[in-house]
Amino acid sequence: MPAKKMAIIATKGALDMAYPPLILASTAAALGWEVQVFFTFYGLQLLRKDLSGIAISPLANPAMPMPVPMPVVVQMLPGMEWMATTMMKAKMKKKGVASLEELRSVCIESDVKFIACQMTVDLFEFEKKDFIDGIEYGGAATFMKFAGETDVCLFI
Amino acid sequence: MNYDKEFDASGLACPMPIVKTKKSLADMASGQVLRVVATDPGSVCDMQAFAEQTGNTLLSSTTENSKYVFLIKKA
Repeated sequence: MPAKKMAIIATKGALDMAYPPLILASTAAALGWEVQVFFTFYGLQLLRKDLSGIAISPLANPAMPMPVPMPVVVQMLPGMEWMATTMMKAKMKKKGVASLEELRSVCIESDVKFIACQMTVDLFEFEKKDFIDGIEYGGAATFMKFAGETDVCLFI
Repeated sequence: MNYDKEFDASGLACPMPIVKTKKSLADMASGQVLRVVATDPGSVCDMQAFAEQTGNTLLSSTTENSKYVFLIKKA
């Protein structure tokens, strides 16, 4: 039986939304699937060598569980995003949730193919030296070629 | 039951128990048995799904001292 295939478009670069593409890609690879992830717009942040800038904001995020109820005018104060990110990362560590770096390494080790959207790389004036090695640069046609043959195709 | 290798996934959350189980199986020979201990309740369903999709056999899935214990025979 040929290996199943999955293609993911990763478009978000906030801490919470960075997880699903990397979790699904690493898991599918562990199951023997062939996986490609196409990173575009803010998803490109997940390909940077340094992932420490990836953050989560309590603003405009009413579903985020907070230790104490916090009015929006407080959430927008300077330092609140840093605080929310620090608290979220600490909680993740305590609960045994892998770091983004670890999940990304697992993907690379298990031959998940990462493709950076060339158009958005140019749009945001990113430089290739900011990104990890071993990734490809391509456009929508590159994605469609593989996506057309997949069993699972997700936009995240 | 006897096993050839053990992997302790205690404290790890999804997807690491599965990802690391896969890694642990990598250097084992066909027919050998891996014992996995996990604390993630989701691993009960996940380990079964892993076995079904990879062809490895889930010999048993039990609970010991409030931990989840799996015996997996490598395909």
